[in-house]
Amino acid sequence: MKFRPFGRLAQFGLGNASLLAALLIFGTAFASEPSSFKMDSTADHSKFKELQQSFSSGPELTKVCLGCHTEAAKQVHRTKHWTWDFLNPENQQRLGKKNVINNFCISVPSNLAFCSSCHVGYGWKDASFDFKSEENVDCLACHDTTGSYRKLPGLAGHPPYKDMEVPPGSGKIVKAVDLTKVAQKVGKSSRDTCGACHFFGGGGDGVKHGDMDSSLASPDRDLDVHMDATGLDFTCGTCHKTSSHEVPGSRYTPVGKDQGGAHMRGKEDKSNPATCQACHGQAPHKDGGLAVKLNHHTDKVACQTCHIPEIARGGVATKMTWDWSTAGKLTADGKPIIKKDEKGRVIYDSKKGDFTLGEHVRPEYAWFNGKVTYTLLGDKIDKNEGVTHINKMGGSASDGQSLIWPMKVFRGVQPYDPENKTLVTPHTAGNDDTAYWKNFGWEKAIDAGMKASGAPFSGKVDFIKTDMSWPITHMVAPKEKALGCHECHAKAGRLDAIEGVYIPGRDANSLVNTLGWLAVGGTLAGVLLHGLIRILRRKH
Amino acid sequence: MERIYIFTRFERFWHWTQALLVISMMITGFEIHGSYSLFGFAKAHQIHTIAAWALIILWVFAIFWHFITGEWRQYLPTMKDADKVIRHYAWGIFLGEEHPFVVTRARKHNPLQAQAYLAVKLLINPILWISGLLYLYYNELAALGQHLDLATIALIHTIGAFMMLAFFVAHVYLITTGHTVTAHLKAMITGWEDGEGAHLAKRDQ
Ligand code: HEM
Repeated sequence: MKFRPFGRLAQFGLGNASLLAALLIFGTAFASEPSSFKMDSTADHSKFKELQQSFSSGPELTKVCLGCHTEAAKQVHRTKHWTWDFLNPENQQRLGKKNVINNFCISVPSNLAFCSSCHVGYGWKDASFDFKSEENVDCLACHDTTGSYRKLPGLAGHPPYKDMEVPPGSGKIVKAVDLTKVAQKVGKSSRDTCGACHFFGGGGDGVKHGDMDSSLASPDRDLDVHMDATGLDFTCGTCHKTSSHEVPGSRYTPVGKDQGGAHMRGKEDKSNPATCQACHGQAPHKDGGLAVKLNHHTDKVACQTCHIPEIARGGVATKMTWDWSTAGKLTADGKPIIKKDEKGRVIYDSKKGDFTLGEHVRPEYAWFNGKVTYTLLGDKIDKNEGVTHINKMGGSASDGQSLIWPMKVFRGVQPYDPENKTLVTPHTAGNDDTAYWKNFGWEKAIDAGMKASGAPFSGKVDFIKTDMSWPITHMVAPKEKALGCHECHAKAGRLDAIEGVYIPGRDANSLVNTLGWLAVGGTLAGVLLHGLIRILRRKH
Repeated sequence: MERIYIFTRFERFWHWTQALLVISMMITGFEIHGSYSLFGFAKAHQIHTIAAWALIILWVFAIFWHFITGEWRQYLPTMKDADKVIRHYAWGIFLGEEHPFVVTRARKHNPLQAQAYLAVKLLINPILWISGLLYLYYNELAALGQHLDLATIALIHTIGAFMMLAFFVAHVYLITTGHTVTAHLKAMITGWEDGEGAHLAKRDQ
């Protein structure tokens, strides 16, 4: 972070006398750096009369926000962050968080009150939620700057308005949110606000993505060369350049191969601004003897492949496998079990089954053209096929649209309906008599969940192997840490499984090799024999 | 002792520079090929690329020199006395017989030698050179719409490399077959082929 002492002070309100004194004392010291006196925003929300009152709920506050930001809620209404619904224009699949199924916590519909703690709204607990309501838009989830605003699972997207014990009976108290304080300090979104949900996808820190976890809240240069808190200090929004609340760069329709140049002001660039190429262009390597050769790679290899050498590099483990089929084991007196590994990480939980975790994981690699096909609820699946792909990543060496990408491939075993041959959407979270995490009965939980999803369920439960691929794109290492040539240009190297491309050092024609070495070896044997006879004859 | 000056200063410079470059290209080339690891792929690639340009420049000079001096005629293939030379290497050499070929300024190489060197110059070098340049520039060619198959380019280049390596092995051995083991080597270092008077006198006939 650049040293911005007064930007910080300004956040705490200049009216405060002691801060003013500090400002006067330090003022001379920083006189050479006048920019540090500036506050980024032209509006100090703590000065607005409308915000100098107490609020009893989020929607009450939102109404006040909308008093000035008249179009904000309408903009939010159009985004995936609000609808959790997305029609993939490429293949007409209905995606979005409320529709897709994954192999982590599986699905949303019957668990809304819990899942919607990551919804940019208030009150989505079931299908009756009013998506037209403007006051139900949660401005603070993205615009809090205090770090004190937190939505709790189970509250249907609301923060706690009174002190609460979480989880119940634990003795741990979560304080009620001070909406007035948060409202007076609203600002731009930050790594913390985006991270509050996106770092914790899959139900915990780093669980889902492997390239996004809480270590990115304040990373050093080594972990993320762009977000480096004492260097470039990018926020998520620096790349995911948001306009009218629409955040570009979604994983539903990612860009596999950005063939455009760097974006330029004054020129209309309709392409995704969150790709590497959107800033770096197609010939990003500028210096060093290898620059030309490295630039030759950009038509085949995604930047991420060399520049993100490992998944989960920040000290937070990511889940690599999840076996739901072992869930539900209880102690003799009927209590759920939690098992931890030597590092204190949960590897078995009766509610969820067995996990394996990984840090510094070497990615798997695949051709990827950005076209993703999901296995959705109702799609026929077949246990005999071995592994069901929750999402299939399109791409090949020859389609002209693909690059070789690093992937986190998350493997799981999850419940399915062996009669209807479909995935299922169990009701997991809830304090009722069907929720799996309370009752440990699959049939009831799936029955309730499938009803909420409006899908048929035969009543039979079996488990099926699934996998899901996550293109890796965050935690970009500094260039000194990028992969060396030998990582791929070698036998059994990183790209061993990649087909359709000749990789020097990995590939060779075995016939030519055999004949070649025979010819060389034969020549050598011939001259050695000749020489030997000469020596033995001692004539010449 | 009689001596004959057969390798000019340029020839010796050309020969040894070429030797150095070709040896380093073989070492780095087969590392790139995946046969072993020595420098590491990145270094091997760098050395190979630099040496490639050096070698091409050297070849251009050498070709120029050969034409200006007329020395290219040294390599004109001939079968005259080839049978004698073959018989010598297959038999006579073991009996301590004199080499049947007589070295002169006008004809420095025996017929087999001349044909081997001609093959290097007209076959192996061009294979390596052309496929090597395509290997270097296939990305640029693709950008121009010429999509070549890298595997094929590499295959041809590798065949050339094996031919070069086989030649190299035979060549290093054959230079020990002068009238003394080191006579040819000394000639390429000093330029002078020296030997017993009788031997050279006979050759000069
Ligand atoms: C005595 C001469 C040479 C030998 C023995 C040699 C040998 C080799 C071998 C064995 C490979 C590995 C091929 C593969 O497995 O894909 C290679 C790669 C290569 N060679 Fe050569 N080569 C020679 C001369 C040249 C020349 C003259 C050029 C350029 C004009 C050249 C350019 C390349 C290039 C571009 C590669 C690809 C690897 C890289 O980019 O570093 N080589 N060479």
